[in-house]
Amino acid sequence: MKSLNYGRRKAVDRTMRFICLLMALCIMVPLFSLMIYVTVRGLKRFDLDFFTHLPAPVGEPGGGMANAIVGTLTMILIASCVSLPISILGGVYLAEAGKTRFASLVRFTADVLSGVPSIVVGIFIYQVLVKPMHQFSALAGGLALAILMVPLVTRTTEELIKLVPRNMMEGSLALGAPRWKTTLFVVLQAARAGIATGVLLAIARIAGETAPLLFTSLNNQFWPSQINEPTASLTVQVFTFAISPFQDWQDQAWTGALVLLLLVVGVSLLSRLTLKGGRGLAN
Amino acid sequence: MPLNTDPRTPPVTPGGSRGQADLKPQQSGGLVQNKTPESRPSRIKKSWGDPVFKSVTLIFAGAILVLALAIAVELWVAAYPSIQGMGWHFFMTQKWDPVMNHFGGLSFIYGTVVSSLIAFLIATPFGIGISVFLTEMAPRALREPVSFLIEILAAIPSVVYGLWGIFVLAPLLSVHVYPYLIRWIGKPFFVGPSTGLSLLSAGIILAIMILPTIMSISREVFLAIPRSAREGALALGATRWETIVVAVISPSKPGLMGAIMLGLGRALGETMAVTMIIGNRPEVSLNLLGPSHSIASVIANEFAEATSDMHLAALSELGLVLMGITILINIAARVLVWSTSSKLRALEKA
Repeated sequence: MKSLNYGRRKAVDRTMRFICLLMALCIMVPLFSLMIYVTVRGLKRFDLDFFTHLPAPVGEPGGGMANAIVGTLTMILIASCVSLPISILGGVYLAEAGKTRFASLVRFTADVLSGVPSIVVGIFIYQVLVKPMHQFSALAGGLALAILMVPLVTRTTEELIKLVPRNMMEGSLALGAPRWKTTLFVVLQAARAGIATGVLLAIARIAGETAPLLFTSLNNQFWPSQINEPTASLTVQVFTFAISPFQDWQDQAWTGALVLLLLVVGVSLLSRLTLKGGRGLAN
Repeated sequence: MPLNTDPRTPPVTPGGSRGQADLKPQQSGGLVQNKTPESRPSRIKKSWGDPVFKSVTLIFAGAILVLALAIAVELWVAAYPSIQGMGWHFFMTQKWDPVMNHFGGLSFIYGTVVSSLIAFLIATPFGIGISVFLTEMAPRALREPVSFLIEILAAIPSVVYGLWGIFVLAPLLSVHVYPYLIRWIGKPFFVGPSTGLSLLSAGIILAIMILPTIMSISREVFLAIPRSAREGALALGATRWETIVVAVISPSKPGLMGAIMLGLGRALGETMAVTMIIGNRPEVSLNLLGPSHSIASVIANEFAEATSDMHLAALSELGLVLMGITILINIAARVLVWSTSSKLRALEKA
């Protein structure tokens, strides 16, 4: 009886472990398929024209997404200028306040805010900015991205400040520096590399956002000249070209996707390297 | 050290300015030094920086609260004409007719719920299975690169998934998978012919997109389980799989539920990939191979071109519904994850 049972248990053990292995292999299929397709089909138009030219009208060969790249960079700049002071100082507050009720509430809200769908943020910005201004604009797009960035950077800053060894702070305080100077020039300095990485990861994430830009910055076929006019962005352009019926536009959509993918992979690699280096220093 | 000459001053100063006063005794004078620290004039003069800095950081932290509140309030205001005009009919009817000014959101809510449900059904076993593989079975050398790949999978923009979905996944499914589903299972869930742009395709692409979320959190929960629990089960004669079930999966159940719910929250709000692959036709139908529409996809498609105020309000109301659902799911998930990992950590300390 016992030995019979043992055989069955062993079989179950083998099968289930094999299934787990199979699942891990399965998930690699879409991942590699996506990467290979984006690379191969994206390379077709990965040329100088793509990065230096305006979109060409249908039927004309060539053309690129230069204006969309500039537009995305503009909006990232706006988003960073608005969100970084709020989120870094907010993160400092959370790290110093520890477990007070208010800090826990803010922490919780930031977590929940990061789970709110980005398209909802788009509606919010439309309501408070686009509607009163009667104008889609890069400013609106940038602010929508800023809202998405705030919870990410706040939580990263808090976590990284907590990693700074306490005796560094105590040393500074013991030497007579006031608390605010200690925070700004000792603690934040020590966490600098990590926070910069976190900011970079957040930027890579908002650079890939499409939904909140669809009805805040809209799109534009020309060079951006002011921040209060409709502006093209790489992601919205990829979307528009992807659902278009024209072969040439679809090719450019793949190239745009390749640029986005390179950004994501590059930033992830960079952050792995920095964080490893930073951790080595802290120890 | 002058700090230690005064017995009432603690060796580690909680406020930095007190230490500064002690380092410069000539400023405060001998007599003053014997009084309590609060009455020292130099401390009062020096300490303005701290309260200012503290209140500035407090204001910025509070800004996050204000922001969250403002989003909720503004969405309510934007949706109000529709909430008032349509009332509960909004959730009961599926007729969506901007020309006739009649808006029923049922088909969109249906599409969102069903596509997320499909994603949930596919991603749950995969997410847990792969996390088990990564934490319990895979050789150490494999763990680092695989977790890096998961990280990338999570960071790929949704519009890129959508692009891959239209040109690779949807054609593949419609040629190599759906015909078999139609032949073998058929009515009422699989009725053809399908172009590949369908509810099921949307569910599948959502599953791929939420897997990294589920995996990274369940991996963390598994790693929080002490080694001794596994060793105990093995020592009692359990096979490796039994050990995994008894010592790893069952104590982390609430945490796993949290991980899955966070994934579900992401699936519900996912916009671009779904918009590109779901087919964009408002329909409540049991057929998973037909085109459908979701809350996020209708907002993405129609918001910029909405003509009437009522149309905008109806779309905003859909956004409000979406936000409400995702916030509730997120809160529940965070509470679950947080309570499990703190419980496990307490176990480890004991």
